[in-house]
Amino acid sequence: MGNGVLLDIRNLNKTFQTNKGGVEAIRSLNLRIREGEFITVIGPSGCGKSTLLKIVAGLDVAYEGSVELEGNRIVAAGIDKGFIFQEPRLFPWLSVEKNIAADLSLRDPAIRRRVDELIELVRLQGFEKAYPRELSGGMAQRVAIARALLRSPKILLLDEPFGALDAFTRSHMQEVLLDIWQQNRTTMIFVTHDIDEAVYLANRIVILKPRPGEISGILANDLPYPRKQASASFQELRLAVLSEFHGKIERQEYVDRAGI
Amino acid sequence: MSDLSGGKAASRNAVRNGEPRKAAIIALGAALPVLLLAVWQALGDRGAISTMLFPTPLTIADAMLSLIRSGELWGHLRISLVRAGLGFGLGGGLGLLFGLLVGLSRKSEKTLDPSFQMIRMVPHLAVAPLFVLWFGIGEESKILLIAKGAFFPLYINAFLAIRGVDNKLFEVSRVLGFSRFKRVARLVLPAALPGILLGVRLSLGVAWLGLVVAELIASTSGVGYMMSDARQFAQTPVVFVGILTFAVVGLAADSIVRLVSRKALHWQDGFKG
Amino acid sequence: MSKNMEALRGNPAPAAPAKGRLARGRKFGWTFDDLALGAALPAIVLIVWQLAGGAGWIDPLFLPTPFAILNAFKELALHGQLAHHFGVSAWRAAAGFLIGGGLGFAVGLTAGFYRRAEHLLDPSIQLLRMVPHLAIAPLVILWFGFGETSKIAIIACGAFFPLYLNTLTGIRGVDNRLFEVTRVLGFGRRTQVFRLILPAAMPNILLGVRLSLALSWLGLVVAELLGSTSGIGFLINVAKQNSATGEIFVGIFIFAAVGKAVDSLVRLLERKWLHWRDGYQG
Repeated sequence: MGNGVLLDIRNLNKTFQTNKGGVEAIRSLNLRIREGEFITVIGPSGCGKSTLLKIVAGLDVAYEGSVELEGNRIVAAGIDKGFIFQEPRLFPWLSVEKNIAADLSLRDPAIRRRVDELIELVRLQGFEKAYPRELSGGMAQRVAIARALLRSPKILLLDEPFGALDAFTRSHMQEVLLDIWQQNRTTMIFVTHDIDEAVYLANRIVILKPRPGEISGILANDLPYPRKQASASFQELRLAVLSEFHGKIERQEYVDRAGI
Repeated sequence: MSDLSGGKAASRNAVRNGEPRKAAIIALGAALPVLLLAVWQALGDRGAISTMLFPTPLTIADAMLSLIRSGELWGHLRISLVRAGLGFGLGGGLGLLFGLLVGLSRKSEKTLDPSFQMIRMVPHLAVAPLFVLWFGIGEESKILLIAKGAFFPLYINAFLAIRGVDNKLFEVSRVLGFSRFKRVARLVLPAALPGILLGVRLSLGVAWLGLVVAELIASTSGVGYMMSDARQFAQTPVVFVGILTFAVVGLAADSIVRLVSRKALHWQDGFKG
Repeated sequence: MSKNMEALRGNPAPAAPAKGRLARGRKFGWTFDDLALGAALPAIVLIVWQLAGGAGWIDPLFLPTPFAILNAFKELALHGQLAHHFGVSAWRAAAGFLIGGGLGFAVGLTAGFYRRAEHLLDPSIQLLRMVPHLAIAPLVILWFGFGETSKIAIIACGAFFPLYLNTLTGIRGVDNRLFEVTRVLGFGRRTQVFRLILPAAMPNILLGVRLSLALSWLGLVVAELLGSTSGIGFLINVAKQNSATGEIFVGIFIFAAVGKAVDSLVRLLERKWLHWRDGYQG
């Protein structure tokens, strides 16, 4: 794992303008992410975690403060920042392989080879020619991941990507994602509201609290992969995340929002 | 159209280059018609364009005023409205009736629908000469022509609306033990109402168009006759007045149905009339 | 006999149930029995019509028998230059559709891509759309006379609006979430247009093509009925003056059959190009 700082967020503020005035979504947020890290961002709804991700992606550039990728301020979306949305958002008129290629041509042998490799990586062999309507939710999301990886992004941003999947598919997708991370060492920022998912995947867990979104705490997670959810050390860390919530927000609200 | 420009794409643009002020949008939209009218009037006044072919806006307004004052326009319009009303009532009513029948019973669908679909293929105005031959150029031929046009949109939309009723609601009505009559009255008809009202709008449009053509082709009264008569005597302003009349009345009828739809469908989520 | 009649009408009897199967889902497939049931009514009507006409119960001036109509068709085809008139009509419809529909498509694209153009043009176009498109026929005839220009202009006026409206609606309706995807994937403007906007708008554009074609065809009918010296509408007019009811029927059937054939062709394109759509129902 490299030690260079890849993403540097300093004193980030974000306010949404509504007709009733400004709503503060993120307040003085500071975060440094090193190359090859797997970060999960967790927090109740309204804590600005999706907003944070969109700012890093360059989808929302109306922010105050500094957000730099390799020392360059983020001013627009681009292929150096991969993004996985909560829904797969595939092009319904393109087959799986063409969705992965998207604006690139499969006739280019180099692209063709990379697409085939990625299809294997996300375990979709045999579905190259299928159309999105023929795919399950998990398969479609794997296509979206392959599509982002084809562009070799410096950082992959995932916005609750498995939130809409059932428990079995979700745990399978987590395996697939960890596989990819261990093979490619792509830096990941993974937003979720599922504590187990956050603890299961990350090197570091960033906990946000809502209204306005602020970092409540950051926990390092050095448990070795593959992790066992039943192990005592896993449960210990899980409790640490929970207590981070307890300290900052009212218990009832936490129970409501985190869905426990 | 305004609901489209106010949709998702608008918010996309708002991010990129800021939403222009509403007044500016309206001004931009009004620019073209106003400019066109002004240039048209100016060119006509200077004699740069033939006022015989392109009477100036003021001349047209003049012609309209005098037609209104003499009562001529109203006389023709009344006849046209009665024809359109009778034709729409007859054709649309039958269309609704058969649409419901075919929608509610698969047996009647299999018997009747293929024949209706066959007749539907005939462009509805192509039969005008046949109707004139059969019924003369009296009222019957015109009313029947309008009725034939008004039949199909209501038939098809009523039929499709009934078939499109959510199956889950059917299951609910079965669980609640609705009788067949109640199921139709309480579930099918309300659920099909949006489609039926859309059919009413489309039928009205086609009926109005049918009226225009029926009166142009064979008639001795009505707004269409007024226009084709004016054409023969090259009274271009009167032709324009006729076009305007058709446009305004058609728009008014459509607006009324939309208003009724909005009132009747207030329960519908996201209905935009 | 009835088979020939069906051929004359563009083979509608089998075509209608086939369409029904697509439109109403696979749950209720049409069996052979249904086909027979659907064909029963037209067949009975045809037989009764022929028998009653043959027995002299119906005035042939009012309603000639199916045989007589078929004969009229044969006569027109052999000696009446049917092919020539048909060619004229088809040429007019095609020219009018290409001009009007092409303009509608181009203006729709412009308004779709440039919001400023939409604000400038759309209100005026919506205003013009309120005019029943055939009501301008007398004006067009005044301007251009009874020649080809006026006919093509009337047809083009009808073809313009559906393509304009549906192209614009299609472009405006492109899923904003997919726009975000193209930004994240770093699409250029060109790829955004060709890989996202046009494919996404294609269902609407093709619907616009179908509606425009239908209106072109209707415009042709009316333009030719209003005054013409050639074309199918002219044949119908002449037949009306001569009270040759059989020939009127021939003309109507030709209008119906060609209209149906063209519509089916576009539907075929839809099925080919839009197969990716979920729950596409033909």
